[in-house]
Amino acid sequence: MGFAGQLSLGHSLYLGIGAYAAAALHYHFGVGPWAGLWFAVALCVCLSAVVGGLAFRYGISGVHFTLLTIAFAESARIGFDHFSWLGGSGGLFLKVAQRDQIDWVNLRGTPAMFYYVMLALAAGAFALSGWLMSSRAGYYWQAIRENEEAARALGIDTFRWKMFAMMISAALTSVGGVFLAFYYNHLFPEQIFHISRSIEIILGPIIGGMGTLFGPILGAALLMLLGEGATEVIGAYGWEIPGLKQLIYGIALWLVITLLPQGVWPPLARKLGVWK
Amino acid sequence: MTALLEVQGASKSFRGLRAVTNVSLSLQANAIAALIGPNGAGKTTIFNIIAGATAADAGRIVFDGKHIDGLRPDQICERGIARTFQIVKPFSGLSVLDNVMVGALKRHSRVAEARRQALNLLDQLGLGARRDLPASVLTLPDRKRLEVARALATEPKLLLLDEAMAGLRPIECQALIEFLREINRRDGVAILLIEHVMRAVMALAQKVVVLHHGEVVASGAPQEVVRDRAVLECYLGESAAI
Repeated sequence: MGFAGQLSLGHSLYLGIGAYAAAALHYHFGVGPWAGLWFAVALCVCLSAVVGGLAFRYGISGVHFTLLTIAFAESARIGFDHFSWLGGSGGLFLKVAQRDQIDWVNLRGTPAMFYYVMLALAAGAFALSGWLMSSRAGYYWQAIRENEEAARALGIDTFRWKMFAMMISAALTSVGGVFLAFYYNHLFPEQIFHISRSIEIILGPIIGGMGTLFGPILGAALLMLLGEGATEVIGAYGWEIPGLKQLIYGIALWLVITLLPQGVWPPLARKLGVWK
Repeated sequence: MTALLEVQGASKSFRGLRAVTNVSLSLQANAIAALIGPNGAGKTTIFNIIAGATAADAGRIVFDGKHIDGLRPDQICERGIARTFQIVKPFSGLSVLDNVMVGALKRHSRVAEARRQALNLLDQLGLGARRDLPASVLTLPDRKRLEVARALATEPKLLLLDEAMAGLRPIECQALIEFLREINRRDGVAILLIEHVMRAVMALAQKVVVLHHGEVVASGAPQEVVRDRAVLECYLGESAAI
Protein backbone atom coordinates (compact mmCIF):
# COMPACT_ATOMS: atom_id res chain seq x y z
CA MET A 1 0.00 0.00 0.00
CA GLY A 2 2.69 2.43 1.05
CA PHE A 3 4.59 1.63 -2.12
CA ALA A 4 1.63 2.90 -4.09
CA GLY A 5 1.39 5.95 -1.85
CA GLN A 6 -1.86 5.19 -0.07
CA LEU A 7 -2.30 5.48 3.68
CA SER A 8 -4.84 3.15 5.26
CA LEU A 9 -5.95 3.60 8.84
CA GLY A 10 -8.51 0.83 8.51
CA HIS A 11 -6.41 -2.29 8.26
CA SER A 12 -7.96 -3.57 11.48
CA LEU A 13 -10.88 -4.37 9.14
CA TYR A 14 -8.89 -7.10 7.38
CA LEU A 15 -7.24 -8.23 10.59
CA GLY A 16 -10.65 -8.57 12.24
CA ILE A 17 -12.54 -10.08 9.32
CA GLY A 18 -9.72 -12.53 8.75
CA ALA A 19 -9.69 -13.49 12.42
CA TYR A 20 -13.46 -13.76 12.70
CA ALA A 21 -13.85 -15.69 9.44
CA ALA A 22 -11.41 -18.42 10.42
CA ALA A 23 -12.60 -18.50 14.03
CA ALA A 24 -16.28 -18.69 13.02
CA LEU A 25 -15.63 -21.58 10.63
CA HIS A 26 -13.79 -23.38 13.40
CA TYR A 27 -16.34 -22.58 16.11
CA HIS A 28 -19.53 -23.30 14.18
CA PHE A 29 -18.50 -25.88 11.62
CA GLY A 30 -15.32 -27.38 12.99
CA VAL A 31 -13.31 -26.29 9.96
CA GLY A 32 -9.59 -26.40 10.66
CA PRO A 33 -7.53 -23.21 10.69
CA TRP A 34 -5.56 -24.10 7.58
CA ALA A 35 -8.71 -24.48 5.49
CA GLY A 36 -10.27 -21.47 7.17
CA LEU A 37 -7.22 -19.42 6.27
CA TRP A 38 -8.03 -19.63 2.56
CA PHE A 39 -11.61 -18.57 3.14
CA ALA A 40 -10.49 -15.68 5.35
CA VAL A 41 -7.98 -14.46 2.79
CA ALA A 42 -10.48 -14.72 -0.06
CA LEU A 43 -13.10 -12.84 1.94
CA CYS A 44 -10.68 -10.04 2.82
CA VAL A 45 -9.44 -9.73 -0.74
CA CYS A 46 -13.06 -9.33 -1.93
CA LEU A 47 -13.73 -6.80 0.81
CA SER A 48 -10.64 -4.80 -0.06
CA ALA A 49 -11.75 -4.83 -3.69
CA VAL A 50 -15.01 -3.20 -2.61
CA VAL A 51 -13.26 -0.54 -0.50
CA GLY A 52 -10.57 0.05 -3.13
CA GLY A 53 -13.05 -0.02 -5.99
CA LEU A 54 -15.18 2.64 -4.33
CA ALA A 55 -12.20 4.81 -3.47
CA PHE A 56 -10.19 4.58 -6.67
CA ARG A 57 -13.14 4.63 -9.08
CA TYR A 58 -14.36 7.90 -7.62
CA GLY A 59 -10.88 9.34 -7.30
CA ILE A 60 -10.81 9.39 -3.51
CA SER A 61 -7.23 9.83 -2.42
CA GLY A 62 -5.05 11.28 0.29
CA VAL A 63 -6.77 12.17 3.53
CA HIS A 64 -10.18 11.21 2.16
CA PHE A 65 -8.96 7.74 1.29
CA THR A 66 -7.65 7.35 4.82
CA LEU A 67 -10.99 8.49 6.24
CA LEU A 68 -12.82 5.99 4.05
CA THR A 69 -10.70 3.14 5.38
CA ILE A 70 -11.43 4.24 8.94
CA ALA A 71 -15.15 4.38 8.17
CA PHE A 72 -15.21 0.80 6.89
CA ALA A 73 -13.29 -0.51 9.89
CA GLU A 74 -15.51 1.37 12.33
CA SER A 75 -18.72 0.14 10.73
CA ALA A 76 -17.37 -3.41 10.96
CA ARG A 77 -16.66 -2.87 14.64
CA ILE A 78 -20.17 -1.62 15.33
CA GLY A 79 -21.72 -4.30 13.12
CA PHE A 80 -19.88 -7.12 14.83
CA ASP A 81 -20.87 -5.71 18.22
CA HIS A 82 -24.44 -6.64 17.30
CA PHE A 83 -23.70 -9.83 15.38
CA SER A 84 -24.85 -12.36 17.95
CA TRP A 85 -24.02 -15.41 15.81
CA LEU A 86 -20.39 -14.44 16.35
CA GLY A 87 -20.82 -13.54 19.99
CA GLY A 88 -21.55 -9.84 19.49
CA SER A 89 -19.87 -7.49 21.89
CA GLY A 90 -19.51 -10.36 24.37
CA GLY A 91 -16.83 -11.86 22.19
CA LEU A 92 -16.18 -15.14 20.43
CA PHE A 93 -14.26 -17.80 22.38
CA LEU A 94 -12.44 -20.72 20.85
CA LYS A 95 -12.03 -23.83 22.94
CA VAL A 96 -8.75 -23.59 24.75
CA ALA A 97 -6.81 -26.78 24.52
CA GLN A 98 -3.73 -27.50 26.53
CA ARG A 99 -1.22 -24.74 26.00
CA ASP A 100 1.78 -27.00 26.32
CA GLN A 101 1.03 -29.43 23.49
CA ILE A 102 1.78 -28.55 19.94
CA ASP A 103 -0.96 -29.49 17.49
CA TRP A 104 -0.15 -28.16 14.04
CA VAL A 105 -3.38 -29.37 12.44
CA ASN A 106 -5.58 -27.36 14.76
CA LEU A 107 -2.97 -24.69 15.38
CA ARG A 108 -2.83 -25.17 19.09
CA GLY A 109 0.34 -24.87 21.03
CA THR A 110 2.78 -23.00 23.15
CA PRO A 111 3.51 -19.31 22.81
CA ALA A 112 6.95 -20.31 21.54
CA MET A 113 5.35 -22.14 18.65
CA PHE A 114 3.31 -19.09 17.77
CA TYR A 115 6.43 -16.99 17.98
CA TYR A 116 8.03 -19.08 15.26
CA VAL A 117 4.85 -19.11 13.21
CA MET A 118 4.71 -15.31 13.37
CA LEU A 119 8.40 -15.06 12.54
CA ALA A 120 7.88 -17.27 9.50
CA LEU A 121 4.90 -15.16 8.44
CA ALA A 122 6.90 -11.95 8.78
CA ALA A 123 9.76 -13.44 6.79
CA GLY A 124 7.31 -14.64 4.16
CA ALA A 125 5.66 -11.23 3.90
CA PHE A 126 9.08 -9.60 3.65
CA ALA A 127 10.18 -11.96 0.91
CA LEU A 128 6.93 -11.44 -1.00
CA SER A 129 7.26 -7.66 -0.73
CA GLY A 130 10.87 -7.82 -1.83
CA TRP A 131 9.97 -9.91 -4.84
CA LEU A 132 7.06 -7.64 -5.76
CA MET A 133 9.17 -4.53 -5.43
CA SER A 134 11.80 -5.82 -7.82
CA SER A 135 9.15 -6.79 -10.36
CA ARG A 136 7.06 -4.66 -12.69
CA ALA A 137 4.46 -4.15 -9.93
CA GLY A 138 7.01 -2.45 -7.69
CA TYR A 139 8.11 -0.03 -10.37
CA TYR A 140 4.51 0.79 -11.24
CA TRP A 141 3.46 1.32 -7.63
CA GLN A 142 6.37 3.67 -7.01
CA ALA A 143 5.58 5.55 -10.21
CA ILE A 144 1.97 5.96 -9.08
CA ARG A 145 3.13 7.21 -5.68
CA GLU A 146 5.52 9.73 -7.19
CA ASN A 147 3.22 11.16 -9.86
CA GLU A 148 -0.02 9.55 -10.86
CA GLU A 149 -0.58 11.67 -13.97
CA ALA A 150 2.86 10.88 -15.36
CA ALA A 151 2.35 7.21 -14.52
CA ARG A 152 -0.89 7.18 -16.51
CA ALA A 153 0.79 8.86 -19.47
CA LEU A 154 3.35 6.05 -19.47
CA GLY A 155 0.62 3.52 -20.00
CA ILE A 156 -0.01 2.43 -16.42
CA ASP A 157 -3.61 1.55 -15.60
CA THR A 158 -3.41 3.21 -12.21
CA PHE A 159 -6.80 1.91 -11.05
CA ARG A 160 -5.83 -1.68 -11.69
CA TRP A 161 -2.44 -1.43 -9.98
CA LYS A 162 -3.78 0.40 -6.94
CA MET A 163 -6.44 -2.27 -6.57
CA PHE A 164 -3.76 -4.94 -6.81
CA ALA A 165 -1.75 -3.26 -4.02
CA MET A 166 -4.85 -2.99 -1.86
CA MET A 167 -5.78 -6.65 -2.32
CA ILE A 168 -2.30 -7.96 -1.54
CA SER A 169 -2.13 -5.78 1.53
CA ALA A 170 -5.53 -7.04 2.72
CA ALA A 171 -4.54 -10.65 2.08
CA LEU A 172 -1.36 -10.34 4.14
CA THR A 173 -3.18 -8.61 6.97
CA SER A 174 -5.93 -11.22 7.04
CA VAL A 175 -3.36 -14.02 7.36
CA GLY A 176 -2.08 -12.21 10.43
CA GLY A 177 -5.66 -12.01 11.70
CA VAL A 178 -6.23 -15.76 11.39
CA PHE A 179 -3.16 -16.60 13.46
CA LEU A 180 -4.07 -13.90 15.95
CA ALA A 181 -7.45 -15.57 16.47
CA PHE A 182 -5.91 -18.96 17.16
CA TYR A 183 -3.25 -17.49 19.39
CA TYR A 184 -5.53 -15.46 21.63
CA ASN A 185 -8.53 -17.81 21.33
CA HIS A 186 -10.92 -14.95 22.00
CA LEU A 187 -12.10 -12.14 19.78
CA PHE A 188 -13.85 -8.92 20.78
CA PRO A 189 -15.01 -6.44 18.13
CA GLU A 190 -13.99 -3.63 20.49
CA GLN A 191 -10.42 -4.87 20.40
CA ILE A 192 -9.76 -6.31 17.01
CA PHE A 193 -11.58 -3.72 14.89
CA HIS A 194 -10.56 -0.81 17.08
CA ILE A 195 -8.79 2.05 15.33
CA SER A 196 -5.86 1.70 17.71
CA ARG A 197 -5.21 -1.65 15.98
CA SER A 198 -5.02 0.06 12.62
CA ILE A 199 -2.74 2.69 14.08
CA GLU A 200 -0.56 -0.05 15.55
CA ILE A 201 -0.35 -1.67 12.12
CA ILE A 202 0.65 1.53 10.33
CA LEU A 203 2.82 3.07 13.08
CA GLY A 204 5.77 0.79 12.36
CA PRO A 205 5.87 1.74 8.66
CA ILE A 206 5.42 5.45 9.48
CA ILE A 207 8.28 5.46 12.00
CA GLY A 208 10.51 3.27 9.86
CA GLY A 209 9.63 4.70 6.46
CA MET A 210 6.52 4.08 4.38
CA GLY A 211 7.02 2.55 0.98
CA THR A 212 10.35 0.95 1.85
CA LEU A 213 11.15 -2.69 2.52
CA PHE A 214 13.20 -2.39 5.71
CA GLY A 215 11.40 0.63 7.11
CA PRO A 216 8.40 -1.23 8.57
CA ILE A 217 10.64 -3.84 10.21
CA LEU A 218 12.92 -1.20 11.68
CA GLY A 219 9.92 0.86 12.78
CA ALA A 220 8.25 -2.10 14.45
CA ALA A 221 11.49 -3.01 16.23
CA LEU A 222 11.99 0.57 17.44
CA LEU A 223 8.40 0.79 18.68
CA MET A 224 8.71 -2.54 20.44
CA LEU A 225 11.90 -1.45 22.18
CA LEU A 226 10.36 1.87 23.09
CA GLY A 227 7.10 0.35 24.32
CA GLU A 228 8.63 -2.49 26.30
CA GLY A 229 11.41 -0.23 27.54
CA ALA A 230 8.87 2.28 28.74
CA THR A 231 6.88 -0.44 30.50
CA GLU A 232 10.03 -1.71 32.19
CA VAL A 233 11.13 1.72 33.33
CA ILE A 234 7.66 2.65 34.52
CA GLY A 235 7.47 -0.66 36.38
CA ALA A 236 10.93 -0.29 37.86
CA TYR A 237 10.22 3.14 39.26
CA GLY A 238 6.76 2.15 40.30
CA TRP A 239 5.11 5.07 38.52
CA GLU A 240 1.43 4.51 38.12
CA ILE A 241 0.52 7.06 35.50
CA PRO A 242 -2.23 5.86 33.18
CA GLY A 243 -1.55 6.49 29.52
CA LEU A 244 2.15 7.20 30.01
CA LYS A 245 3.06 4.59 27.39
CA GLN A 246 0.72 6.17 24.84
CA LEU A 247 2.24 9.54 25.66
CA ILE A 248 5.72 8.20 24.96
CA TYR A 249 4.48 6.69 21.69
CA GLY A 250 2.98 10.04 20.78
CA ILE A 251 6.18 11.92 21.48
CA ALA A 252 8.20 9.40 19.45
CA LEU A 253 5.80 9.71 16.54
CA TRP A 254 5.90 13.51 16.75
CA LEU A 255 9.71 13.52 16.78
CA VAL A 256 9.93 11.26 13.77
CA ILE A 257 7.36 13.23 11.79
CA THR A 258 9.04 16.57 12.45
CA LEU A 259 12.66 15.48 12.23
CA LEU A 260 12.53 12.58 9.78
CA PRO A 261 9.33 12.96 7.74
CA GLN A 262 10.33 10.07 5.48
CA GLY A 263 10.88 7.78 8.46
CA VAL A 264 14.04 6.49 10.09
CA TRP A 265 15.12 4.09 7.35
CA PRO A 266 15.63 6.29 4.23
CA PRO A 267 18.22 8.65 5.80
CA LEU A 268 19.86 5.67 7.51
CA ALA A 269 20.02 3.84 4.19
CA ARG A 270 21.69 6.85 2.61
CA LYS A 271 24.25 6.94 5.43
CA LEU A 272 25.01 3.28 4.93
CA GLY A 273 25.20 3.81 1.19
CA VAL A 274 22.31 1.47 0.43
CA TRP A 275 19.90 2.62 -2.24
CA LYS A 276 16.23 2.32 -1.13
CA MET B 1 -0.95 7.83 -47.83
CA THR B 2 -3.30 7.83 -44.90
CA ALA B 3 -2.66 10.00 -41.91
CA LEU B 4 -1.26 8.48 -38.71
CA LEU B 5 -3.05 11.01 -36.55
CA GLU B 6 -6.11 12.97 -37.42
CA VAL B 7 -7.79 15.51 -35.15
CA GLN B 8 -11.23 16.31 -36.52
CA GLY B 9 -12.99 19.44 -35.28
CA ALA B 10 -11.84 19.29 -31.66
CA SER B 11 -13.36 21.85 -29.28
CA LYS B 12 -12.93 22.38 -25.58
CA SER B 13 -14.16 25.02 -23.15
CA PHE B 14 -13.14 25.46 -19.55
CA ARG B 15 -16.02 27.03 -17.61
CA GLY B 16 -17.18 28.92 -20.65
CA LEU B 17 -13.70 29.94 -21.70
CA ARG B 18 -13.09 28.50 -25.16
CA ALA B 19 -9.61 27.04 -25.12
CA VAL B 20 -9.84 25.23 -28.42
CA THR B 21 -12.44 25.75 -31.15
CA ASN B 22 -13.00 23.36 -34.04
CA VAL B 23 -9.36 22.43 -34.52
CA SER B 24 -8.51 19.95 -37.23
CA LEU B 25 -5.03 18.77 -38.05
CA SER B 26 -3.38 15.69 -39.40
CA LEU B 27 0.03 14.09 -39.29
CA GLN B 28 1.43 11.54 -41.73
CA ALA B 29 3.27 8.45 -40.54
CA ASN B 30 7.01 9.10 -40.04
CA ALA B 31 6.41 12.86 -40.27
CA ILE B 32 7.44 15.65 -37.95
CA ALA B 33 5.04 18.53 -37.42
CA ALA B 34 5.06 21.50 -35.09
CA LEU B 35 2.24 23.23 -33.31
CA ILE B 36 3.10 26.86 -32.67
CA GLY B 37 1.27 29.92 -31.45
CA PRO B 38 1.33 32.55 -28.68
CA ASN B 39 0.90 31.61 -25.03
CA GLY B 40 -2.65 30.60 -24.25
CA ALA B 41 -3.41 29.67 -27.86
CA GLY B 42 -4.58 26.20 -26.81
CA LYS B 43 -1.56 24.13 -27.85
CA THR B 44 -1.25 22.16 -24.63
CA THR B 45 -5.02 21.64 -24.55
CA ILE B 46 -4.80 19.96 -27.96
CA PHE B 47 -2.03 17.73 -26.61
CA ASN B 48 -4.11 16.83 -23.58
CA ILE B 49 -7.05 15.98 -25.81
CA ILE B 50 -4.94 13.74 -28.05
CA ALA B 51 -3.28 12.05 -25.05
CA GLY B 52 -6.61 11.48 -23.29
CA ALA B 53 -5.80 13.66 -20.28
CA THR B 54 -8.64 16.05 -21.20
CA ALA B 55 -11.95 15.01 -22.76
CA ALA B 56 -12.92 17.20 -25.72
CA ASP B 57 -16.43 18.71 -25.82
CA ALA B 58 -16.67 17.89 -29.51
CA GLY B 59 -14.60 16.37 -32.28
CA ARG B 60 -12.93 13.08 -32.96
CA ILE B 61 -9.37 11.79 -32.85
CA VAL B 62 -8.30 9.04 -35.22
CA PHE B 63 -4.97 7.33 -34.66
CA ASP B 64 -3.66 4.57 -36.86
CA GLY B 65 -7.10 4.19 -38.44
CA LYS B 66 -9.01 3.86 -35.14
CA HIS B 67 -10.94 6.32 -33.01
CA ILE B 68 -9.10 6.98 -29.77
CA ASP B 69 -11.22 9.76 -28.30
CA GLY B 70 -12.74 8.74 -24.97
CA LEU B 71 -9.89 6.37 -24.13
CA ARG B 72 -7.92 6.77 -20.92
CA PRO B 73 -4.31 8.10 -21.07
CA ASP B 74 -2.87 4.65 -20.36
CA GLN B 75 -4.92 3.09 -23.16
CA ILE B 76 -3.74 5.77 -25.57
CA CYS B 77 -0.14 5.08 -24.56
CA GLU B 78 -0.86 1.40 -25.22
CA ARG B 79 -1.99 2.30 -28.76
CA GLY B 80 1.34 3.98 -29.38
CA ILE B 81 1.21 7.66 -28.41
CA ALA B 82 3.69 8.92 -25.83
CA ARG B 83 3.84 12.45 -24.50
CA THR B 84 6.07 14.69 -22.44
CA PHE B 85 4.79 17.36 -20.10
CA GLN B 86 5.53 21.04 -20.46
CA ILE B 87 5.88 21.25 -16.70
CA VAL B 88 8.10 18.24 -16.21
CA LYS B 89 6.73 15.47 -14.00
CA PRO B 90 9.63 13.22 -13.06
CA PHE B 91 9.24 10.46 -10.46
CA SER B 92 11.42 12.52 -8.14
CA GLY B 93 12.16 9.83 -5.56
CA LEU B 94 13.24 7.28 -8.12
CA SER B 95 16.60 7.11 -9.84
CA VAL B 96 16.98 8.37 -13.40
CA LEU B 97 17.26 4.79 -14.61
CA ASP B 98 14.14 3.68 -12.71
CA ASN B 99 12.21 6.60 -14.20
CA VAL B 100 12.94 5.38 -17.71
CA MET B 101 12.40 1.75 -16.72
CA VAL B 102 8.81 2.55 -15.72
CA GLY B 103 8.26 3.56 -19.32
CA ALA B 104 10.19 0.61 -20.74
CA LEU B 105 8.11 -1.87 -18.70
CA LYS B 106 5.17 -1.01 -20.97
CA ARG B 107 6.58 -3.16 -23.76
CA HIS B 108 9.04 -5.33 -21.84
CA SER B 109 7.41 -7.02 -18.88
CA ARG B 110 10.73 -8.56 -17.82
CA VAL B 111 12.66 -6.17 -15.59
CA ALA B 112 16.08 -7.11 -17.01
CA GLU B 113 14.95 -6.36 -20.57
CA ALA B 114 13.37 -3.09 -19.51
CA ARG B 115 16.62 -2.11 -17.82
CA ARG B 116 18.63 -2.81 -20.97
CA GLN B 117 16.21 -0.77 -23.06
CA ALA B 118 16.27 2.11 -20.55
CA LEU B 119 20.08 2.18 -20.35
CA ASN B 120 20.27 2.28 -24.10
CA LEU B 121 17.96 5.30 -24.26
CA LEU B 122 19.79 7.10 -21.44
CA ASP B 123 23.10 6.70 -23.26
CA GLN B 124 21.61 8.06 -26.47
CA LEU B 125 20.27 11.12 -24.64
CA GLY B 126 23.52 11.75 -22.77
CA LEU B 127 22.08 10.87 -19.38
CA GLY B 128 23.98 7.60 -18.96
CA ALA B 129 26.39 8.99 -16.39
CA ARG B 130 23.57 10.25 -14.20
CA ARG B 131 21.50 7.09 -14.25
CA ASP B 132 21.84 6.29 -10.54
CA LEU B 133 21.05 9.79 -9.26
CA PRO B 134 17.58 10.47 -7.92
CA ALA B 135 15.59 12.40 -10.54
CA SER B 136 15.02 15.20 -8.00
CA VAL B 137 18.64 16.38 -8.21
CA LEU B 138 18.69 16.78 -12.00
CA THR B 139 18.92 20.23 -13.58
CA LEU B 140 15.95 21.40 -15.64
CA PRO B 141 17.57 20.61 -19.03
CA ASP B 142 18.33 17.10 -17.77
CA ARG B 143 14.77 16.69 -16.53
CA LYS B 144 13.50 17.71 -19.95
CA ARG B 145 15.68 15.04 -21.53
CA LEU B 146 14.52 12.54 -18.93
CA GLU B 147 10.92 13.26 -19.98
CA VAL B 148 11.83 12.50 -23.57
CA ALA B 149 13.69 9.30 -22.61
CA ARG B 150 10.79 8.09 -20.44
CA ALA B 151 8.24 8.74 -23.17
CA LEU B 152 10.36 7.05 -25.85
CA ALA B 153 10.85 4.04 -23.59
CA THR B 154 7.19 3.14 -24.20
CA GLU B 155 8.18 2.63 -27.87
CA PRO B 156 5.56 4.93 -29.37
CA LYS B 157 4.57 5.38 -33.01
CA LEU B 158 3.89 9.03 -32.24
CA LEU B 159 5.75 11.23 -29.79
CA LEU B 160 4.11 14.40 -28.47
CA LEU B 161 6.72 16.86 -27.21
CA ASP B 162 5.47 19.80 -25.18
CA GLU B 163 8.20 22.45 -25.23
CA ALA B 164 11.02 19.98 -24.81
CA MET B 165 13.56 22.61 -25.95
CA ALA B 166 12.56 25.37 -23.56
CA GLY B 167 15.36 26.23 -21.15
CA LEU B 168 17.99 24.29 -23.07
CA ARG B 169 21.23 25.96 -24.12
CA PRO B 170 21.74 26.22 -27.91
CA ILE B 171 24.24 23.37 -27.94
CA GLU B 172 21.92 21.11 -25.93
CA CYS B 173 19.08 22.15 -28.16
CA GLN B 174 21.08 21.15 -31.22
CA ALA B 175 21.91 17.76 -29.71
CA LEU B 176 18.24 17.10 -28.98
CA ILE B 177 17.25 18.15 -32.50
CA GLU B 178 19.74 15.68 -33.95
CA PHE B 179 18.56 12.95 -31.61
CA LEU B 180 14.93 13.49 -32.59
CA ARG B 181 15.85 13.43 -36.28
CA GLU B 182 17.68 10.19 -35.67
CA ILE B 183 14.79 8.40 -33.95
CA ASN B 184 12.45 9.73 -36.62
CA ARG B 185 14.60 8.39 -39.43
CA ARG B 186 15.85 5.19 -37.78
CA ASP B 187 12.77 4.06 -35.81
CA GLY B 188 10.11 5.81 -37.85
CA VAL B 189 8.68 7.62 -34.83
CA ALA B 190 6.35 10.42 -35.92
CA ILE B 191 6.69 13.58 -33.85
CA LEU B 192 4.28 16.37 -33.05
CA LEU B 193 5.96 19.15 -31.13
CA ILE B 194 4.78 22.25 -29.38
CA GLU B 195 7.68 24.62 -29.54
CA HIS B 196 8.58 28.26 -29.05
CA VAL B 197 12.20 27.75 -30.06
CA MET B 198 11.80 28.56 -33.76
CA ARG B 199 15.24 27.23 -34.61
CA ALA B 200 14.07 23.79 -33.57
CA VAL B 201 10.78 24.15 -35.42
CA MET B 202 12.50 25.20 -38.65
CA ALA B 203 15.12 22.45 -38.32
CA LEU B 204 12.71 19.61 -37.58
CA ALA B 205 9.20 20.20 -38.85
CA GLN B 206 8.02 19.45 -42.34
CA LYS B 207 4.70 21.02 -41.46
CA VAL B 208 3.69 23.78 -39.07
CA VAL B 209 0.23 24.43 -37.65
CA VAL B 210 -0.34 27.85 -36.11
CA LEU B 211 -2.90 28.26 -33.36
CA HIS B 212 -4.27 31.56 -32.13
CA HIS B 213 -7.10 31.97 -29.63
CA GLY B 214 -7.81 28.26 -29.93
CA GLU B 215 -8.22 28.26 -33.70
CA VAL B 216 -5.98 27.17 -36.54
CA VAL B 217 -4.93 30.36 -38.36
CA ALA B 218 -2.37 28.86 -40.70
CA SER B 219 -0.87 25.56 -41.65
CA GLY B 220 1.74 24.46 -44.17
CA ALA B 221 5.46 24.21 -44.79
CA PRO B 222 7.52 26.15 -42.22
CA GLN B 223 9.03 28.63 -44.70
CA GLU B 224 5.59 29.58 -45.99
CA VAL B 225 3.94 29.77 -42.60
CA VAL B 226 6.46 32.21 -41.11
CA ARG B 227 5.69 34.64 -43.93
CA ASP B 228 1.96 34.24 -43.55
CA ARG B 229 0.16 37.49 -42.82
CA ALA B 230 -2.18 36.02 -40.22
CA VAL B 231 0.74 34.46 -38.37
CA LEU B 232 2.68 37.70 -38.23
CA GLU B 233 -0.41 39.47 -36.96
CA CYS B 234 -1.01 37.07 -34.11
CA TYR B 235 2.62 37.22 -32.99
CA LEU B 236 3.46 40.86 -33.61
CA GLY B 237 0.14 42.65 -33.78
CA GLU B 238 -1.73 44.05 -36.77
CA SER B 239 0.41 47.07 -37.59
CA ALA B 240 3.59 45.04 -37.89
CA ALA B 241 2.12 42.95 -40.66
CA ILE B 242 1.30 45.90 -42.87
